[in-house]
Amino acid sequence: MADLSALRSKNRLYYVLLALGGLVVLGGAYAVHMMEHYGHVISGMNNQVVWGMPHVFAIFLIVAASGVLNVASIGSVFGKAMYKARAPLASLLSIAMLSGGLAVLMLDLGRPDRLVVAATNYNLTSVFAWNVVLYSGMFSLVVVYLWTMMERRMNPFNKAAGLAVFVWRFVLTTGTGLIFAFLTARQAYGSALLPPMFIVLSFAWGLAVFHVVQLAIYTWNEKALDPAIMERKKKLLGVFVVGSLYMVATYHMTNLYFAHQTGFERFILLDGGVYPNLFWWGYIVLGNLLPLLLIFVPALSGNKSVLAASLLVILGGFALLYVFIIGGQAYPLNIFPGYEASSSFADGQISAYVPSLYEFLLGFGGLAIAFIITTVSVRVLNFMPQDKPYIAD
Amino acid sequence: MSEIDSQRRQFLKTSAGAAAIAIAPGMMLFQTARGDTQAASSKVRWGMLIDTAQCKEGCNDCVNACNRENGLSGKTGPTDSQWIRKIEIKDVSSGRELSLPMMCQHCEHPPCVDVCPTNASFKRADGIVLVDRHRCIGCRYCMMACPYKARSFVHEPLQDQNPDVPRGKGTVEACSLCVHRIDKGQIPACAEACQNKAILFGDLNDANSEIAKKIRSVASVQIRADLQLNTGVRYQGL
Repeated sequence: MADLSALRSKNRLYYVLLALGGLVVLGGAYAVHMMEHYGHVISGMNNQVVWGMPHVFAIFLIVAASGVLNVASIGSVFGKAMYKARAPLASLLSIAMLSGGLAVLMLDLGRPDRLVVAATNYNLTSVFAWNVVLYSGMFSLVVVYLWTMMERRMNPFNKAAGLAVFVWRFVLTTGTGLIFAFLTARQAYGSALLPPMFIVLSFAWGLAVFHVVQLAIYTWNEKALDPAIMERKKKLLGVFVVGSLYMVATYHMTNLYFAHQTGFERFILLDGGVYPNLFWWGYIVLGNLLPLLLIFVPALSGNKSVLAASLLVILGGFALLYVFIIGGQAYPLNIFPGYEASSSFADGQISAYVPSLYEFLLGFGGLAIAFIITTVSVRVLNFMPQDKPYIAD
Repeated sequence: MSEIDSQRRQFLKTSAGAAAIAIAPGMMLFQTARGDTQAASSKVRWGMLIDTAQCKEGCNDCVNACNRENGLSGKTGPTDSQWIRKIEIKDVSSGRELSLPMMCQHCEHPPCVDVCPTNASFKRADGIVLVDRHRCIGCRYCMMACPYKARSFVHEPLQDQNPDVPRGKGTVEACSLCVHRIDKGQIPACAEACQNKAILFGDLNDANSEIAKKIRSVASVQIRADLQLNTGVRYQGL
């Protein structure tokens, strides 16, 4: 009967986790209600920094939602059995994070009640409008993909669905990068490097999230993950982290080369206060160097190291997005090149931004939505990776 | 004719009359509300020429007039709307100082219109760039895209609005070139208020208009001309 009591306590733990997630979602709903009632004046955002903390959360979730599908693609498109066993879990995480991210993005709108306007009026030249199609398309495609994996009769269509998802998510992350790449007037953005940079970042962030969830599921089910599998997937994370570091470095190096961009780079990398600190300590040291040590130093092998490395990569992702999105807006827009400017509207000045509690509540609400979708789905459906004895292929 | 038939005829007559009486005032109100239904003409391109030599540092007449006309609070906190602002600029190499008003430049190729997901940002046939407040979902992408920081987001509930200039919490707004005044044949409030006549308003497409003649005869520039947006607002002496 000892087994039964263990089961009961686990059952209780499941409901406690759900309740905690629900509480955080409620916090997000409260923030939305307050912002709806009082307006965005209660957020830290203003007319200079128009996108704030909610966008950091939303973009992280959406980019990671695309990247986590890498696991599925390596299985379905490139036929690696070890990854194929993990494709359902990766797809679930993608749907969960996409839901959370989109919820945050939508609920931060000035008029979230006009969602139907966004759904019925498409401006074909707007990257945002493209993204409405890309996000909803990805959602449906991944659902179909999951169906082809989990329903035996649909299995023959699995490869085709996997390929479609593979192509779609590349286009989707390109679209996310383009939101910024098309902002030609802003020093921080307007670079063709951004879409590929976001794609490589998505690989690292998505896989990091996958590692965390996978380890949690194995621990919950008291199963041990084959160390050989862990080893390979850990190294893959290392490769993605190095790749994303390369893209971020290239983005800043090209900016440093353009004389008219050196002021902005100086601000982000050297004397911009919170931004250089977050970039060097948050993104470079905690988000890249430390995870790389944890991954590649043989003495540090083990599940705990992988978990720590993955959590750090996620943390680094948030730090990078904060610097990119908010630092990019805080630096003054250069309306008169060659002139110093000042005005009542913060021309020529670094804009101040302090995120408010409501923004965090909304952002964590999005994370909690992703958490609840994952937790419930993993409980009621079979998302546990089913490995055959591992043979390197 | 049977009695029933005549009763029916009477009933139909009365109903028709009652319906007409019920609908007529509504139709009249509708006509009144619609006002002049003449559409904006694409033959016209409204624009401004700003003579920076005439614009005085410290003078805020255009800004005040704009605030009054459009029902803005006039406050200049980070979350307050500013449709027009005075910018003081200083040439880094020569030290030359200038003061000038900055507002929506009413581009021919407006980035805000390009990026708006719902077509809420639009350009009228006569070149005026506007925001449809019924369509704006408040995503602020246009504010990110505007090279002139011309737009403001309404961060708080509004009171005492000017009926001619409806605004809305949670939507984006900017200089409308006082479109409600233009449609009545008046000039924008800022141009009218400027005592030094630094702001010249008119039709850029009309070769005989004062603004078109002046743009032909004096050197004027578009701000961030490198972006090739073909702004409707030009600056002289910059």
